[in-house]
Amino acid sequence: MKVLIYPPNSLILADLVERRGHEAIVLMKEVAKKVRDPELDSPPMNITEEDLKRSLKYLSVEEPSGVRGRVGLMIPLLDDAEAAIIVEDPDPSFGCMACDVANDYIEYMIRSKGIPTLIVPYPYTEDAAKVMVQNVTDFLRSLRS
Amino acid sequence: MEDKTRIAQISCGTEYSGVQAKLNEVADRSGIKLIYPEVELEDVADAVSEFGYLAKSPGLNLMIARAKSVVEDPSVTDGIFLLTCFKCAEGSIVKNEVRKYLQQKTDLPVVTYSTVDQVKEGGLMIRFEALKTLVTRKTLLMRTRQEGITMGVDSGSSTTKCVIMKENEIVGTGWVPTTDVIQSARKVMDLALKEAGMKEENIEAVAVTGYGRHTIGDEIKADLVQEELTVNSKGAAYLADRQRGEATVLDIGGMDNKALTLNNAIPDDFTMGGVCAGASGRFLEITARRLGVDISELGKLALQGESRSIQMDSYCSIFGIQSLVSALGEGSSKEDVAAAACRSVAEQVHEQQLQEIDLREPIIEVGGTALIEGLKAAFEEILGFDIIVPPYPQFAGAVGGALIVSAFVK
Repeated sequence: MKVLIYPPNSLILADLVERRGHEAIVLMKEVAKKVRDPELDSPPMNITEEDLKRSLKYLSVEEPSGVRGRVGLMIPLLDDAEAAIIVEDPDPSFGCMACDVANDYIEYMIRSKGIPTLIVPYPYTEDAAKVMVQNVTDFLRSLRS
Repeated sequence: MEDKTRIAQISCGTEYSGVQAKLNEVADRSGIKLIYPEVELEDVADAVSEFGYLAKSPGLNLMIARAKSVVEDPSVTDGIFLLTCFKCAEGSIVKNEVRKYLQQKTDLPVVTYSTVDQVKEGGLMIRFEALKTLVTRKTLLMRTRQEGITMGVDSGSSTTKCVIMKENEIVGTGWVPTTDVIQSARKVMDLALKEAGMKEENIEAVAVTGYGRHTIGDEIKADLVQEELTVNSKGAAYLADRQRGEATVLDIGGMDNKALTLNNAIPDDFTMGGVCAGASGRFLEITARRLGVDISELGKLALQGESRSIQMDSYCSIFGIQSLVSALGEGSSKEDVAAAACRSVAEQVHEQQLQEIDLREPIIEVGGTALIEGLKAAFEEILGFDIIVPPYPQFAGAVGGALIVSAFVK
Protein backbone atom coordinates (compact mmCIF):
# COMPACT_ATOMS: atom_id res chain seq x y z
CA MET A 1 0.00 0.00 0.00
CA LYS A 2 0.97 3.60 -0.42
CA VAL A 3 1.70 4.86 3.09
CA LEU A 4 2.00 8.59 3.71
CA ILE A 5 4.39 9.41 6.51
CA TYR A 6 4.30 12.54 8.63
CA PRO A 7 6.68 14.33 9.01
CA PRO A 8 6.79 13.70 5.27
CA ASN A 9 10.59 13.85 5.07
CA SER A 10 11.43 11.41 7.86
CA LEU A 11 14.05 8.97 6.56
CA ILE A 12 13.52 6.68 9.56
CA LEU A 13 9.76 6.40 8.96
CA ALA A 14 10.27 5.95 5.20
CA ASP A 15 12.73 3.16 5.86
CA LEU A 16 10.35 1.39 8.26
CA VAL A 17 7.57 1.52 5.67
CA GLU A 18 9.73 0.23 2.82
CA ARG A 19 11.11 -2.60 4.97
CA ARG A 20 7.55 -3.89 5.52
CA GLY A 21 6.91 -4.09 1.78
CA HIS A 22 4.86 -0.91 1.38
CA GLU A 23 5.56 2.21 -0.64
CA ALA A 24 6.43 5.26 1.44
CA ILE A 25 4.94 8.51 0.20
CA VAL A 26 7.56 11.09 1.02
CA LEU A 27 8.09 14.76 0.36
CA MET A 28 11.54 14.23 -1.12
CA LYS A 29 10.05 12.56 -4.19
CA GLU A 30 7.70 15.50 -4.78
CA VAL A 31 10.49 18.06 -4.43
CA ALA A 32 12.79 15.92 -6.59
CA LYS A 33 10.31 16.23 -9.47
CA LYS A 34 10.79 19.98 -9.38
CA VAL A 35 14.56 19.77 -9.05
CA ARG A 36 14.80 17.50 -12.09
CA ASP A 37 12.15 19.24 -14.20
CA PRO A 38 14.03 20.83 -17.11
CA GLU A 39 11.13 23.20 -17.78
CA LEU A 40 11.49 25.03 -14.49
CA ASP A 41 13.51 28.18 -15.02
CA SER A 42 15.87 27.99 -12.09
CA PRO A 43 16.04 24.64 -10.36
CA PRO A 44 16.50 23.53 -7.71
CA MET A 45 13.38 24.96 -6.15
CA ASN A 46 10.91 23.57 -3.63
CA ILE A 47 7.78 25.32 -4.65
CA THR A 48 6.13 26.66 -7.79
CA GLU A 49 3.25 29.01 -8.41
CA GLU A 50 1.09 25.98 -9.20
CA ASP A 51 1.58 24.61 -5.68
CA LEU A 52 0.34 27.88 -4.20
CA LYS A 53 -2.70 27.90 -6.50
CA ARG A 54 -3.49 24.27 -5.67
CA SER A 55 -3.72 25.05 -1.98
CA LEU A 56 -6.38 27.70 -2.65
CA LYS A 57 -8.83 24.82 -2.95
CA TYR A 58 -8.34 24.16 0.75
CA LEU A 59 -7.15 27.39 2.34
CA SER A 60 -8.26 30.98 2.26
CA VAL A 61 -6.15 33.50 0.37
CA GLU A 62 -5.62 35.32 3.66
CA GLU A 63 -3.55 32.34 4.86
CA PRO A 64 0.18 33.17 4.91
CA SER A 65 1.93 32.09 1.73
CA GLY A 66 4.32 29.74 3.56
CA VAL A 67 1.40 27.76 4.96
CA ARG A 68 -0.27 27.67 1.54
CA GLY A 69 2.96 26.59 -0.15
CA ARG A 70 3.52 23.71 2.26
CA VAL A 71 -0.06 22.53 2.03
CA GLY A 72 0.00 22.87 -1.77
CA LEU A 73 3.10 20.71 -1.92
CA MET A 74 1.46 18.04 0.24
CA ILE A 75 -1.86 17.79 -1.64
CA PRO A 76 -0.60 15.36 -4.36
CA LEU A 77 0.88 13.18 -1.61
CA LEU A 78 -2.39 13.19 0.29
CA ASP A 79 -4.32 12.31 -2.89
CA ASP A 80 -2.10 9.25 -3.38
CA ALA A 81 -2.14 8.04 0.22
CA GLU A 82 -3.95 4.80 1.09
CA ALA A 83 -2.76 4.78 4.70
CA ALA A 84 -0.82 7.13 6.93
CA ILE A 85 1.52 7.23 9.90
CA ILE A 86 1.74 10.45 11.90
CA VAL A 87 4.45 10.99 14.49
CA GLU A 88 3.29 13.80 16.74
CA ASP A 89 5.54 16.62 17.98
CA PRO A 90 8.75 15.18 16.53
CA ASP A 91 12.23 16.47 17.14
CA PRO A 92 13.27 18.53 14.08
CA SER A 93 16.09 16.05 13.37
CA PHE A 94 13.50 13.30 12.88
CA GLY A 95 11.74 15.17 10.06
CA CYS A 96 10.29 18.62 9.90
CA MET A 97 7.96 20.96 7.97
CA ALA A 98 9.14 23.94 10.05
CA CYS A 99 5.65 25.45 10.32
CA ASP A 100 3.34 24.59 13.18
CA VAL A 101 0.21 25.90 11.45
CA ALA A 102 0.90 23.89 8.29
CA ASN A 103 1.67 20.81 10.42
CA ASP A 104 -1.62 21.03 12.30
CA TYR A 105 -3.65 21.52 9.14
CA ILE A 106 -1.97 18.74 7.17
CA GLU A 107 -2.43 16.34 10.08
CA TYR A 108 -6.09 17.36 10.20
CA MET A 109 -6.39 16.71 6.44
CA ILE A 110 -4.86 13.26 6.86
CA ARG A 111 -7.23 12.37 9.71
CA SER A 112 -10.22 13.73 7.75
CA LYS A 113 -9.37 11.58 4.72
CA GLY A 114 -10.67 8.48 6.49
CA ILE A 115 -7.78 6.17 5.53
CA PRO A 116 -6.17 3.79 8.08
CA THR A 117 -4.00 6.09 10.16
CA LEU A 118 -1.61 5.44 13.01
CA ILE A 119 -0.85 8.37 15.30
CA VAL A 120 2.10 7.87 17.65
CA PRO A 121 3.93 10.31 19.93
CA TYR A 122 7.56 11.06 19.19
CA PRO A 123 9.73 8.91 21.50
CA TYR A 124 12.24 10.77 23.64
CA THR A 125 13.75 7.66 25.29
CA GLU A 126 15.15 4.43 23.91
CA ASP A 127 12.35 2.35 25.47
CA ALA A 128 9.71 4.65 24.00
CA ALA A 129 11.46 4.35 20.63
CA LYS A 130 11.19 0.57 20.76
CA VAL A 131 7.48 0.83 21.54
CA MET A 132 6.99 3.26 18.65
CA VAL A 133 8.82 1.00 16.18
CA GLN A 134 6.74 -1.96 17.36
CA ASN A 135 3.48 0.00 16.95
CA VAL A 136 4.51 1.12 13.47
CA THR A 137 5.48 -2.44 12.53
CA ASP A 138 2.18 -3.86 13.80
CA PHE A 139 0.25 -1.18 11.90
CA LEU A 140 2.13 -1.86 8.66
CA ARG A 141 1.56 -5.61 9.03
CA SER A 142 -2.17 -4.99 9.48
CA LEU A 143 -2.33 -3.25 6.10
CA ARG A 144 -2.84 -5.47 3.11
CA SER A 145 0.08 -5.30 0.67
CA MET B 1 -36.47 43.68 21.68
CA GLU B 2 -38.18 40.34 21.44
CA ASP B 3 -38.71 40.31 17.65
CA LYS B 4 -35.02 40.68 16.82
CA THR B 5 -33.33 37.95 14.80
CA ARG B 6 -31.04 35.90 17.03
CA ILE B 7 -27.60 35.39 15.52
CA ALA B 8 -24.95 33.32 17.27
CA GLN B 9 -21.57 35.02 17.24
CA ILE B 10 -18.88 32.35 17.05
CA SER B 11 -15.57 34.16 17.09
CA CYS B 12 -12.05 34.52 18.40
CA GLY B 13 -10.32 37.75 19.26
CA THR B 14 -13.13 40.27 18.87
CA GLU B 15 -12.83 41.64 22.41
CA TYR B 16 -9.06 42.10 22.11
CA SER B 17 -9.38 43.61 18.62
CA GLY B 18 -11.57 46.33 20.10
CA VAL B 19 -14.36 45.61 17.64
CA GLN B 20 -16.99 43.99 19.85
CA ALA B 21 -18.74 47.25 20.69
CA LYS B 22 -19.03 48.07 16.98
CA LEU B 23 -20.37 44.58 16.24
CA ASN B 24 -23.05 44.98 18.90
CA GLU B 25 -24.00 48.47 17.70
CA VAL B 26 -24.31 47.53 14.00
CA ALA B 27 -26.13 44.29 14.82
CA ASP B 28 -28.61 46.22 16.94
CA ARG B 29 -29.29 48.68 14.11
CA SER B 30 -29.81 45.75 11.73
CA GLY B 31 -32.46 44.22 13.96
CA ILE B 32 -30.14 41.48 15.17
CA LYS B 33 -29.42 40.30 18.69
CA LEU B 34 -26.02 38.68 18.98
CA ILE B 35 -25.96 35.67 21.26
CA TYR B 36 -23.10 33.47 22.43
CA PRO B 37 -23.78 29.72 22.50
CA GLU B 38 -23.17 28.41 26.00
CA VAL B 39 -20.28 26.05 26.57
CA GLU B 40 -18.89 24.51 29.74
CA LEU B 41 -15.12 24.84 29.89
CA GLU B 42 -14.73 21.16 30.72
CA ASP B 43 -16.57 20.28 27.48
CA VAL B 44 -14.09 22.12 25.26
CA ALA B 45 -11.54 19.28 25.12
CA ASP B 46 -14.20 16.72 24.12
CA ALA B 47 -15.62 19.03 21.47
CA VAL B 48 -12.20 19.65 19.95
CA SER B 49 -11.37 15.96 20.02
CA GLU B 50 -14.58 15.10 18.22
CA PHE B 51 -14.09 17.92 15.71
CA GLY B 52 -10.61 16.61 14.94
CA TYR B 53 -8.60 19.83 14.97
CA LEU B 54 -6.74 20.88 18.11
CA ALA B 55 -5.79 24.52 17.76
CA LYS B 56 -2.86 25.97 19.67
CA SER B 57 -5.03 28.94 20.62
CA PRO B 58 -7.58 28.17 23.35
CA GLY B 59 -9.83 30.91 21.93
CA LEU B 60 -10.15 28.95 18.69
CA ASN B 61 -10.85 25.74 20.59
CA LEU B 62 -13.65 27.58 22.40
CA MET B 63 -14.98 28.57 18.96
CA ILE B 64 -15.06 24.91 17.94
CA ALA B 65 -16.89 24.01 21.16
CA ARG B 66 -19.44 26.79 20.58
CA ALA B 67 -20.02 25.52 17.04
CA LYS B 68 -20.59 22.01 18.39
CA SER B 69 -23.02 23.40 20.94
CA VAL B 70 -25.06 24.97 18.11
CA VAL B 71 -24.98 21.72 16.15
CA GLU B 72 -26.36 19.88 19.18
CA ASP B 73 -29.17 22.40 19.62
CA PRO B 74 -29.69 24.56 16.52
CA SER B 75 -32.89 26.00 17.98
CA VAL B 76 -30.85 28.42 20.13
CA THR B 77 -30.21 30.64 17.11
CA ASP B 78 -31.54 31.72 13.71
CA GLY B 79 -28.15 32.09 12.05
CA ILE B 80 -24.42 32.23 12.65
CA PHE B 81 -21.88 35.01 12.33
CA LEU B 82 -18.44 33.44 12.21
CA LEU B 83 -15.36 35.60 12.55
CA THR B 84 -11.67 35.57 13.37
CA CYS B 85 -8.89 38.14 13.10
CA PHE B 86 -7.76 38.99 9.58
CA LYS B 87 -4.50 37.21 8.63
CA CYS B 88 -4.49 34.86 11.65
CA ALA B 89 -3.14 31.72 10.03
CA GLU B 90 -4.62 29.31 12.54
CA GLY B 91 -7.81 31.35 12.88
CA SER B 92 -8.43 31.30 9.15
CA ILE B 93 -8.11 27.51 9.05
CA VAL B 94 -10.41 27.00 12.02
CA LYS B 95 -12.97 29.49 10.69
CA ASN B 96 -13.08 27.73 7.34
CA GLU B 97 -13.38 24.24 8.81
CA VAL B 98 -15.99 25.35 11.38
CA ARG B 99 -18.00 26.94 8.57
CA LYS B 100 -18.00 23.66 6.62
CA TYR B 101 -18.89 21.74 9.79
CA LEU B 102 -21.85 24.02 10.57
CA GLN B 103 -23.11 23.95 6.99
CA GLN B 104 -22.91 20.16 6.87
CA LYS B 105 -24.58 19.61 10.23
CA THR B 106 -27.23 22.35 10.32
CA ASP B 107 -29.52 24.29 7.97
CA LEU B 108 -28.61 27.58 9.62
CA PRO B 109 -27.30 30.40 7.41
CA VAL B 110 -23.65 31.18 8.11
CA VAL B 111 -21.89 34.41 7.24
CA THR B 112 -18.17 34.83 7.83
CA TYR B 113 -15.98 37.85 8.40
CA SER B 114 -12.35 38.69 9.14
CA THR B 115 -11.88 41.47 11.66
CA VAL B 116 -9.38 44.29 11.59
CA ASP B 117 -9.09 46.91 14.32
CA GLN B 118 -10.89 49.54 12.21
CA VAL B 119 -13.85 47.55 10.94
CA LYS B 120 -15.71 49.03 8.00
CA GLU B 121 -19.29 49.61 9.06
CA GLY B 122 -20.59 49.07 5.53
CA GLY B 123 -19.02 45.63 5.34
CA LEU B 124 -20.54 44.64 8.66
CA MET B 125 -23.94 46.12 7.91
CA ILE B 126 -24.34 44.31 4.60
CA ARG B 127 -23.43 41.00 6.25
CA PHE B 128 -25.97 41.50 9.02
CA GLU B 129 -28.61 42.57 6.46
CA ALA B 130 -27.88 39.47 4.40
CA LEU B 131 -28.14 37.27 7.50
CA LYS B 132 -31.45 38.90 8.34
CA THR B 133 -32.69 38.27 4.78
CA LEU B 134 -31.47 34.67 4.85
CA VAL B 135 -33.40 34.08 8.08
CA THR B 136 -36.59 35.97 7.35
CA ARG B 137 -36.89 35.00 3.66
CA LYS B 138 -35.51 31.51 3.90
CA THR B 139 -38.40 29.82 2.15
CA LEU B 140 -38.11 32.24 -0.77
CA LEU B 141 -34.41 31.59 -1.17
CA MET B 142 -34.84 27.82 -1.10
CA ARG B 143 -36.74 27.96 -4.40
CA THR B 144 -34.78 26.18 -7.15
CA ARG B 145 -37.34 26.19 -9.97
CA GLN B 146 -39.22 29.09 -11.50
CA GLU B 147 -42.97 28.72 -11.87
CA GLY B 148 -45.67 30.78 -13.59
CA ILE B 149 -44.75 33.94 -15.51
CA THR B 150 -42.44 36.26 -13.59
CA MET B 151 -40.21 39.22 -14.28
CA GLY B 152 -36.87 40.23 -12.73
CA VAL B 153 -35.53 43.77 -13.13
CA ASP B 154 -31.90 44.52 -12.20
CA SER B 155 -31.10 48.22 -12.00
CA GLY B 156 -27.29 48.20 -12.13
CA SER B 157 -24.85 51.08 -11.94
CA SER B 158 -23.98 50.85 -15.64
CA THR B 159 -26.78 48.85 -17.21
CA THR B 160 -30.38 47.96 -16.48
CA LYS B 161 -31.51 44.43 -17.26
CA CYS B 162 -34.86 42.66 -17.36
CA VAL B 163 -35.76 39.00 -17.74
CA ILE B 164 -39.14 37.35 -18.17
CA MET B 165 -39.35 33.68 -17.23
CA LYS B 166 -42.13 31.23 -17.92
CA GLU B 167 -42.20 27.79 -16.32
CA ASN B 168 -38.44 27.68 -15.68
CA GLU B 169 -37.45 29.05 -19.12
CA ILE B 170 -36.17 32.50 -20.06
CA VAL B 171 -38.59 33.82 -22.68
CA GLY B 172 -37.65 37.50 -22.86
CA THR B 173 -34.71 39.77 -22.08
CA GLY B 174 -34.00 43.47 -22.18
CA TRP B 175 -30.76 45.34 -21.65
CA VAL B 176 -29.96 49.08 -21.86
CA PRO B 177 -27.29 51.39 -20.41
CA THR B 178 -28.64 52.98 -17.21
CA THR B 179 -29.57 56.64 -17.60
CA ASP B 180 -32.71 57.71 -15.77
CA VAL B 181 -33.43 54.86 -13.38
CA ILE B 182 -37.18 54.59 -13.99
CA GLN B 183 -37.05 55.25 -17.73
CA SER B 184 -34.29 52.68 -18.15
CA ALA B 185 -36.36 50.13 -16.24
CA ARG B 186 -39.43 50.88 -18.38
CA LYS B 187 -37.33 50.43 -21.54
CA VAL B 188 -35.93 47.03 -20.55
CA MET B 189 -39.34 45.83 -19.43
CA ASP B 190 -40.79 46.80 -22.84
CA LEU B 191 -37.93 45.06 -24.65
CA ALA B 192 -38.39 41.86 -22.62
CA LEU B 193 -42.17 41.90 -23.03
CA LYS B 194 -41.79 42.37 -26.78
CA GLU B 195 -39.35 39.47 -27.06
CA ALA B 196 -41.61 37.26 -24.96
CA GLY B 197 -44.67 38.30 -26.96
CA MET B 198 -46.48 39.28 -23.77
CA LYS B 199 -48.20 42.23 -22.17
CA GLU B 200 -47.55 43.61 -18.69
CA GLU B 201 -50.80 42.13 -17.38
CA ASN B 202 -49.52 38.64 -18.26
CA ILE B 203 -46.78 38.98 -15.63
CA GLU B 204 -47.81 37.33 -12.37
CA ALA B 205 -45.05 38.66 -10.10
CA VAL B 206 -42.14 41.09 -10.37
CA ALA B 207 -38.88 41.35 -8.41
CA VAL B 208 -36.52 44.31 -8.48
CA THR B 209 -32.87 44.36 -7.46
CA GLY B 210 -29.79 46.55 -7.90
CA TYR B 211 -28.98 50.13 -6.97
CA GLY B 212 -32.29 51.58 -8.12
CA ARG B 213 -34.43 48.84 -6.64
CA HIS B 214 -36.36 50.94 -4.15
CA THR B 215 -37.22 53.69 -6.65
CA ILE B 216 -38.30 51.21 -9.33
CA GLY B 217 -40.01 48.96 -6.80
CA ASP B 218 -42.23 51.85 -5.67
CA GLU B 219 -42.92 52.96 -9.26
CA ILE B 220 -44.00 49.59 -10.64
CA LYS B 221 -45.36 48.21 -7.36
CA ALA B 222 -43.00 45.24 -7.38
CA ASP B 223 -43.88 42.16 -5.34
CA LEU B 224 -40.31 41.82 -4.10
CA VAL B 225 -37.52 44.35 -3.62
CA GLN B 226 -34.34 42.47 -2.78
CA GLU B 227 -30.67 43.41 -2.30
CA GLU B 228 -28.41 42.08 -5.03
CA LEU B 229 -26.18 39.70 -3.04
CA THR B 230 -28.77 37.02 -2.44
CA VAL B 231 -30.48 37.58 -5.81
CA ASN B 232 -27.24 37.40 -7.82
CA SER B 233 -26.21 34.27 -5.93
CA LYS B 234 -29.46 32.52 -6.75
CA GLY B 235 -29.34 33.67 -10.37
CA ALA B 236 -25.73 32.61 -10.93
CA ALA B 237 -26.21 29.20 -9.30
CA TYR B 238 -29.44 28.65 -11.27
CA LEU B 239 -27.92 29.61 -14.63
CA ALA B 240 -24.82 27.48 -14.01
CA ASP B 241 -26.95 24.57 -12.75
CA ARG B 242 -25.02 24.52 -9.47
CA GLN B 243 -27.79 24.96 -6.93
CA ARG B 244 -26.43 22.29 -4.59
CA GLY B 245 -23.03 22.30 -2.95
CA GLU B 246 -20.39 25.00 -2.81
CA ALA B 247 -19.43 27.60 -5.39
CA THR B 248 -17.91 31.04 -5.81
CA VAL B 249 -19.59 33.73 -7.88
CA LEU B 250 -17.50 36.44 -9.49
CA ASP B 251 -19.59 39.33 -10.67
CA ILE B 252 -17.43 41.98 -12.33
CA GLY B 253 -19.81 44.78 -13.09
CA GLY B 254 -19.50 48.05 -14.91
CA MET B 255 -18.50 50.01 -11.85
CA ASP B 256 -18.19 47.64 -8.94
CA ASN B 257 -17.43 44.02 -8.30
CA LYS B 258 -18.77 41.29 -6.10
CA ALA B 259 -17.21 38.00 -5.11
CA LEU B 260 -19.56 35.70 -3.23
CA THR B 261 -19.05 32.27 -1.76
CA LEU B 262 -22.12 30.05 -1.81
CA ASN B 263 -23.41 26.97 -0.08
CA ASN B 264 -26.48 25.50 -1.79
CA ALA B 265 -26.88 28.78 -3.74
CA ILE B 266 -27.09 30.82 -0.51
CA PRO B 267 -24.26 33.35 0.03
CA ASP B 268 -22.21 32.96 3.21
CA ASP B 269 -19.42 35.41 2.55
CA PHE B 270 -18.82 38.15 0.09
CA THR B 271 -16.67 41.08 -0.77
CA MET B 272 -18.01 44.07 -2.60
CA GLY B 273 -16.70 47.24 -4.10
CA GLY B 274 -13.20 47.64 -5.36
CA VAL B 275 -10.53 50.19 -4.77
CA CYS B 276 -10.55 51.68 -8.23
CA ALA B 277 -12.42 51.61 -11.53
CA GLY B 278 -9.29 49.93 -12.90
CA ALA B 279 -10.73 46.66 -11.58
CA SER B 280 -14.07 47.01 -13.30
CA GLY B 281 -15.75 46.64 -16.64
CA ARG B 282 -15.37 50.38 -17.16
CA PHE B 283 -11.59 49.99 -17.54
CA LEU B 284 -12.15 47.39 -20.27
CA GLU B 285 -14.64 49.70 -21.99
CA ILE B 286 -12.08 52.53 -22.05
CA THR B 287 -9.44 50.11 -23.36
CA ALA B 288 -11.74 48.92 -26.15
CA ARG B 289 -12.51 52.52 -27.13
CA ARG B 290 -8.80 53.39 -27.22
CA LEU B 291 -8.11 50.35 -29.39
CA GLY B 292 -10.93 51.33 -31.72
CA VAL B 293 -12.83 48.07 -31.25
CA ASP B 294 -16.26 47.30 -29.87
CA ILE B 295 -16.26 46.02 -26.28
CA SER B 296 -17.75 42.75 -27.59
CA GLU B 297 -14.57 42.22 -29.66
CA LEU B 298 -12.10 42.94 -26.84
CA GLY B 299 -12.25 39.45 -25.33
CA LYS B 300 -11.51 37.62 -28.57
CA LEU B 301 -8.68 40.06 -29.30
CA ALA B 302 -7.21 39.40 -25.84
CA LEU B 303 -7.16 35.65 -26.40
CA GLN B 304 -4.75 36.19 -29.31
CA GLY B 305 -2.38 38.39 -27.29
CA GLU B 306 0.38 37.89 -24.74
CA SER B 307 -0.49 39.83 -21.60
CA ARG B 308 2.95 39.59 -20.02
CA SER B 309 4.64 41.39 -22.89
CA ILE B 310 3.33 44.68 -21.53
CA GLN B 311 4.44 46.11 -18.21
CA MET B 312 1.51 47.59 -16.27
CA ASP B 313 2.92 50.11 -13.78
CA SER B 314 -0.32 50.73 -11.96
CA TYR B 315 -3.75 49.26 -11.47
CA CYS B 316 -5.28 52.74 -11.38
CA SER B 317 -7.64 53.20 -14.34
CA ILE B 318 -5.95 56.44 -15.42
CA PHE B 319 -2.34 55.27 -15.06
CA GLY B 320 -3.31 51.83 -16.37
CA ILE B 321 -4.61 53.36 -19.58
CA GLN B 322 -1.40 55.43 -19.79
CA SER B 323 0.61 52.20 -19.64
CA LEU B 324 -1.46 50.72 -22.44
CA VAL B 325 -1.19 53.87 -24.56
CA SER B 326 2.59 53.89 -24.04
CA ALA B 327 2.73 50.25 -25.08
CA LEU B 328 0.81 51.01 -28.27
CA GLY B 329 3.21 53.89 -28.95
CA GLU B 330 6.15 51.54 -28.56
CA GLY B 331 4.70 49.22 -31.17
CA SER B 332 2.82 46.65 -29.08
CA SER B 333 -0.03 44.91 -30.88
CA LYS B 334 -3.69 45.52 -30.14
CA GLU B 335 -3.96 41.89 -29.12
CA ASP B 336 -1.23 42.24 -26.48
CA VAL B 337 -2.78 45.44 -25.13
CA ALA B 338 -6.22 43.80 -24.87
CA ALA B 339 -4.71 40.79 -23.07
CA ALA B 340 -2.78 43.06 -20.68
CA ALA B 341 -5.96 45.01 -19.85
CA CYS B 342 -7.87 41.79 -19.06
CA ARG B 343 -4.99 40.50 -16.97
CA SER B 344 -4.78 43.79 -15.11
CA VAL B 345 -8.45 43.64 -14.09
CA ALA B 346 -8.18 39.98 -13.08
CA GLU B 347 -5.02 40.62 -11.05
CA GLN B 348 -6.52 43.53 -9.21
CA VAL B 349 -9.70 41.64 -8.36
CA HIS B 350 -7.57 38.72 -7.18
CA GLU B 351 -5.15 40.75 -5.09
CA GLN B 352 -7.51 43.29 -3.61
CA GLN B 353 -10.87 41.57 -3.38
CA LEU B 354 -10.45 37.81 -3.35
CA GLN B 355 -8.06 38.15 -0.41
CA GLU B 356 -11.10 38.41 1.83
CA ILE B 357 -12.91 35.21 0.91
CA ASP B 358 -12.04 31.54 0.61
CA LEU B 359 -12.42 30.45 -2.98
CA ARG B 360 -14.56 27.41 -3.61
CA GLU B 361 -14.99 25.46 -6.80
CA PRO B 362 -16.71 25.81 -9.14
CA ILE B 363 -16.18 29.49 -9.88
CA ILE B 364 -19.12 31.00 -11.75
CA GLU B 365 -18.45 34.25 -13.58
CA VAL B 366 -21.44 36.50 -14.22
CA GLY B 367 -22.06 40.15 -15.05
CA GLY B 368 -21.60 41.80 -18.42
CA THR B 369 -17.84 41.32 -18.30
CA ALA B 370 -18.26 37.54 -18.23
CA LEU B 371 -18.88 37.83 -21.98
CA ILE B 372 -15.31 39.08 -22.43
CA GLU B 373 -13.47 35.81 -23.12
CA GLY B 374 -10.04 37.28 -22.38
CA LEU B 375 -11.09 38.16 -18.82
CA LYS B 376 -12.25 34.60 -18.15
CA ALA B 377 -8.94 33.29 -19.51
CA ALA B 378 -6.99 35.75 -17.32
CA PHE B 379 -8.88 34.64 -14.20
CA GLU B 380 -8.30 30.98 -15.03
CA GLU B 381 -4.57 31.58 -15.43
CA ILE B 382 -4.24 33.57 -12.21
CA LEU B 383 -6.46 31.40 -10.02
CA GLY B 384 -5.63 28.00 -11.48
CA PHE B 385 -9.35 27.07 -11.51
CA ASP B 386 -11.67 26.40 -14.42
CA ILE B 387 -14.33 29.08 -14.57
CA ILE B 388 -17.92 28.51 -15.64
CA VAL B 389 -19.60 31.26 -17.66
CA PRO B 390 -23.26 30.26 -17.74
CA PRO B 391 -25.74 31.31 -20.44
CA TYR B 392 -27.18 34.82 -19.94
CA PRO B 393 -24.38 35.81 -17.50
CA GLN B 394 -25.26 39.50 -17.76
CA PHE B 395 -28.80 38.75 -16.56
CA ALA B 396 -27.88 36.79 -13.40
CA GLY B 397 -29.46 39.33 -11.01
CA ALA B 398 -32.66 39.62 -13.04
CA VAL B 399 -32.92 35.83 -13.37
CA GLY B 400 -32.40 35.40 -9.61
CA GLY B 401 -35.20 37.90 -9.01
CA ALA B 402 -37.57 36.19 -11.45
CA LEU B 403 -36.78 32.83 -9.86
CA ILE B 404 -37.33 33.90 -6.26
CA VAL B 405 -40.43 35.99 -6.89
CA SER B 406 -42.21 33.02 -8.44
CA ALA B 407 -42.99 32.11 -4.82
CA PHE B 408 -45.53 34.97 -5.04
CA VAL B 409 -47.34 33.40 -8.00
CA LYS B 410 -50.73 32.23 -6.86
